[in-house]
Amino acid sequence: MVYKKRFDGRKFDELRPITAKAGVIKNAQGSAFFKIGKTAAYAAVYGPRELNPRFMQNPRTGILRVHYNMMPFAGQGGRVRPGPNRRAKEISEVSKLALQQVCDLSACPNSVIDVFIDLPETDAGSRCAGISAASIALADAGVKMKDMVSAVACGFVDDKVCIDLDYNEEAYDHIEGGVEGADVADIPIAMVPSTGEITLLQMDGLCTRDNLLKALDQVQVACKQIKEIQIKAIKEKYNSEEDEE
Amino acid sequence: MSELKVQEKEVVAPGEVLATGMDYIPGKGAYRLGDEIIANEVGLVQLSGRSIKLIPLSGKYIPKKDDTIICKVIDIIMSGWRVDTNSAYSGIIGLRDGSTDFIARGADLSRYHAIDDIIVAKIMNVSSQMLVDLSAVGPGLRKLRGGVLLEVGCKKVPRIIGKQGSMVTLIKNATGCQITVGQNGRVWIKGEPIAQAIAISAVKKIEKEAHRVGLTDTMKIWLEEQTKDLKLDTFDPESSNKKENKNNKGEDIFPGDEE
Amino acid sequence: MNFGERRTLIESLSNDCRFDGRDKKTFREVTVETDVSVTAEGSAIVSIGDTKVIAGVKFEMGTPYADTPDEGSLMVGVELSCMASDNFETGPPSFDAIELARVTDRGIRESKCFDTKTLCIKKGEKSWTVAVDISIINYDGNLFDACSLAAMAAIKSARFPKIDKNGNADYHNLTKNGLKFTKIPIGVTVIKIGNQIFVDPTEKEMEGLDARLTVTSVEDDTICALQKGGIAPLSIEDVSNMTEIAIEKAKELRKLL
Repeated sequence: MVYKKRFDGRKFDELRPITAKAGVIKNAQGSAFFKIGKTAAYAAVYGPRELNPRFMQNPRTGILRVHYNMMPFAGQGGRVRPGPNRRAKEISEVSKLALQQVCDLSACPNSVIDVFIDLPETDAGSRCAGISAASIALADAGVKMKDMVSAVACGFVDDKVCIDLDYNEEAYDHIEGGVEGADVADIPIAMVPSTGEITLLQMDGLCTRDNLLKALDQVQVACKQIKEIQIKAIKEKYNSEEDEE
Repeated sequence: MSELKVQEKEVVAPGEVLATGMDYIPGKGAYRLGDEIIANEVGLVQLSGRSIKLIPLSGKYIPKKDDTIICKVIDIIMSGWRVDTNSAYSGIIGLRDGSTDFIARGADLSRYHAIDDIIVAKIMNVSSQMLVDLSAVGPGLRKLRGGVLLEVGCKKVPRIIGKQGSMVTLIKNATGCQITVGQNGRVWIKGEPIAQAIAISAVKKIEKEAHRVGLTDTMKIWLEEQTKDLKLDTFDPESSNKKENKNNKGEDIFPGDEE
Repeated sequence: MNFGERRTLIESLSNDCRFDGRDKKTFREVTVETDVSVTAEGSAIVSIGDTKVIAGVKFEMGTPYADTPDEGSLMVGVELSCMASDNFETGPPSFDAIELARVTDRGIRESKCFDTKTLCIKKGEKSWTVAVDISIINYDGNLFDACSLAAMAAIKSARFPKIDKNGNADYHNLTKNGLKFTKIPIGVTVIKIGNQIFVDPTEKEMEGLDARLTVTSVEDDTICALQKGGIAPLSIEDVSNMTEIAIEKAKELRKLL
């Protein structure tokens, strides 16, 4: 009846293994590759560059634009036809809001900074992986940021708070090995780790208010862990070249 | 009590705590949040007394007054030429700043600068709305013909030029190529094919390793090795005296470039 | 690339020393890595110098075409993802993306390198479509060759999904079986600028493009696809030289699969 042990054996507050690298796309101003469990995201930042159409320009500051895109072979089931879709548009917009709150683009008015997030494989937590990758890429691009933005999908499986849900946990209520009709909540969160400010908060599923607040408490610890990994990725970009020679 | 959390020349990322306590002062690239001094961007730590500042390592070029840049003509308009500055903002070279010749109203402007021409120009003014005004007339300012145009990170330009032009002169002497470096990250190289390829390689290498200590010595040795079979019979003795070397305005030089 | 820079490029080429020091017949470093996407049935990342592309294969269950009831089909798509270059734009596939996809497709299809009958599940009712999707990760020229190699590497390493009790594909359980290949088609693009002919162009070199010829060939040197691009014409002698170089280079690249 109760979710006693996680499918992959992790502790309930444990993140999946993470690989993060900065500067992986040479043409981009800044870029990153962020993989958590089996969810991977590339992020590339171009800009500040000219923004057209002109009416979109902001004379006081540059603006941020995010383009989230899953590759056709990145879904858990069959192929997903490429092209604009509503889910991607929504994720692009909420990701943008999540990231822009730490960015200071006042030095480049009337311009745009484009962030492209492309995912070659996903296993839940894709928008969070995208935001974490984008954060590294923005920093790598020289954008002024007061902190990194770290994101993770926490949630509830039955009665347990879980950090970093994977696909099986998200689908707990309708897969083999799960419990049909169980309460599941998937809560993607993006946070500014140093202040605990939440810049992205969404939820799919059912959960009580008490449980939600319980989950939010635990998330800050997870986000701080992710931030350390994001910073390490940036430092390693410069140190790895030393070891090569 | 106050504690410094980072070392000189360490690479730091936004959100990283640089120091705690009230004894330290945040300089450029850092800010104070309560008890902590925090990095505001990716940069190299530079300590000076109690001030902690960061030398930025990346970022696209943002036009600044008095910078000398390499630009490309993209349009010819009534009042002059519109140029691409390798930034989010195009610039204008006005009629009077296009040539030392007197240009009559209604003259065919493409006779002076045609579309796709590459010009070394100086930024005379940047308005608050980022309207960029340039001049192609002045010492060191001219059209660049032939050669190869590269783009590098504009924050690496001081490193490629070196203190008083030392690094770029090193490459010029070793390869016999003409080299012009724009503050906007554009580098123009012209020489014999093999020497040119070595010079291009050298510039890319410096860009990649700009943050490392002792780069000038590394480059000296590397260039000697690369050019040992090179015959420099086309070496242009004037190229090392060109005034563009002197455009290094004492901007933040990467630490480690001891002369 | 303006006239002056073009002249410099042609001079470099005629001295057999390009801007990066290579001669006209040398490829940059080529790497192939497979199994890079756990959700794809087959996948590969190919790098040619700084150009990097990713290909993923999904097997889609569908009905065979009426005129070929015992065969499956192949489908290739290419996305010029904006992450790869400042010059790629958002929006529906451009002509360049479509051309890349169709040329890659033809190279595989026309070579008959695998039997499409093996894609048949139930004659007249069910068959597999091999859907190959390629995304560009970083652009530094020579996309045709990178896409051709990535598509082949991905298809070669692809494994069929098991079919569950309802007759649907079970993407979480793959079989150990894939497609069987009797030959491996490899596409090589040869570039002409001025009167200079060379392989594996960088982005910079592509700026000066006059004409290009992509030649896809198989092990016994048979050509299975051709595509000429660029605004300038090719002479018959050009085609003769270019096809010769392309077939020679294809042999080298084939070793990587």
